[in-house]
Amino acid sequence: MIRVLAGGVAALFVLSLLTGAAGFAVPDGFILVQIRLPRTALAVLVGGALGLSGAVLQGALRNPLADPGLLGIGGCAALGAVFAFYWGLSAVFAPALPLGGLAGAAVGAMFLLMIAGRGASGPSLVLAGIAVSAIATALLALALTLAPNPYALAEITFWLMGGLEDRSLLHVALAAPPIALGCVLLLRLGPGLDALSLGEDVAASLGVPIARTLRLAAVGVALAVGAGTAVAGGIGFVGLVVPHLLRPWLGERPGGLLVGSLLAGAALLLAADLAARIAPLLLPLAQEPRLGVLTALLGAPFLVRIARRVAP
Amino acid sequence: MIGFRAAVVRLAGREVLHDIDLTLAPGQLAALCGPNGAGKSTLMRGLAGLLPGTPRRDPRRIAYLPQGAGCAWGLTVAEVAALGRIPHGDAAVAPVSNALQQCGLVSLRDARVDRISGGQARRAMLARALATEPEVFLLDEPTADLDPAAAHEVMTLLRDTAHGPPSRCVLVVMHALDLAMRYADRMLVLRDGRIVADAVPAEALPDAAAAFGLPFGSDPAPRLLPPR
Repeated sequence: MIRVLAGGVAALFVLSLLTGAAGFAVPDGFILVQIRLPRTALAVLVGGALGLSGAVLQGALRNPLADPGLLGIGGCAALGAVFAFYWGLSAVFAPALPLGGLAGAAVGAMFLLMIAGRGASGPSLVLAGIAVSAIATALLALALTLAPNPYALAEITFWLMGGLEDRSLLHVALAAPPIALGCVLLLRLGPGLDALSLGEDVAASLGVPIARTLRLAAVGVALAVGAGTAVAGGIGFVGLVVPHLLRPWLGERPGGLLVGSLLAGAALLLAADLAARIAPLLLPLAQEPRLGVLTALLGAPFLVRIARRVAP
Repeated sequence: MIGFRAAVVRLAGREVLHDIDLTLAPGQLAALCGPNGAGKSTLMRGLAGLLPGTPRRDPRRIAYLPQGAGCAWGLTVAEVAALGRIPHGDAAVAPVSNALQQCGLVSLRDARVDRISGGQARRAMLARALATEPEVFLLDEPTADLDPAAAHEVMTLLRDTAHGPPSRCVLVVMHALDLAMRYADRMLVLRDGRIVADAVPAEALPDAAAAFGLPFGSDPAPRLLPPR
């Protein structure tokens, strides 16, 4: 199954390099390296980060509804990016946008760990996440209502819906190190997450340091999802849906879902981004649909199916 | 050997356990009895090193099964049992298959723990503890949701585990005094956070009955009477 997923990611990667706004063709070198490669690489990085983060959080919190958005780090990254928009920094200096996002994610992660405290437990982490998320959402709304002009408002709203178009290799270079570091942290949590499926008391009696495991999970998710949101905007549902899609195939052991979720998240976002590019060719659309909109539209029916399956 | 000496345990500022002096010896199946709220589960968590201020325990030497333990996900029975190897950091197969065999779960090894009966799931949790191959078992009501036949099977298994070879310390919280009478080598009665009796079951039974507020008759053999 892992091999199938890896093959799928590779195939979609090539397909994504060959597909453009005009259709399917082998592009010249400039377009390939400057336009298609950053977009494709970011889809892999961000999708993988979201899928893995979702699997880790669902395992760590023992909750099938957990998703990377729960910790509020994405919201903080969006807030940081919006500040860069708001003060016109992004107009003068293009990397200000992802840098603002990274700074927002870092501040959010610090708040999260501060509120959750040293003796972090599942519920305290979730509550801290909800608090961080609420503050970020409120400040975001404030920035939107105080937007200097309608153009800025439209631009911010547009960016918040998430997308990978018009990104450069600079975006890849900014996002790749934190995402890679975050993913390495998260991939090492497997045995701890397995033990946590029997509850925090049993996991502790098996020698798993609970507070440390949860803090590492929070830091890993903050790095991966924070950097992802900083370069791609808000992309929902990937982290929530991917582990659910894999459980029938890979089993329900949380540690056994990590690598699969990384790959499936990458494949899903590559596919969604491809769909976004192809959509204007097939449908009467003036421009590409936003990626975050597409993942939500694709993700929601899966959730409905899961809801029907778990209903008694 | 594992134990507490003159221990006092406070939770949220309230003294829950007082003057606990308890040592478990290998080769003994000890039953911990007492009414709800007496502090049995707190004592077990303290012995397992899970309460603030209690000594940390080596997870390879002690297996702890809390009350009503369940699994958040639909792991298979074999996967649950294999979690018992986490303290050792290995994926040894023999201890896991032995544990499954001892618990009578070989035919269910690939079944999901959320799709089998409560009693079978309970035995899967026990198999996880056995797979660790610890020296000390701390089991909080392992027979709670088992039917009488399954409860007798589990108690036989626990007694054999305690007696060995190799002999182990087994401490079991239980409400079923008849099971404790029949299988345990030692009965500890906990009442309001204090150990009020610590003896062979036949001697400790009057105190246990008093702790539960049950009438008690001693002729011709020690026995509990049904509540009036």
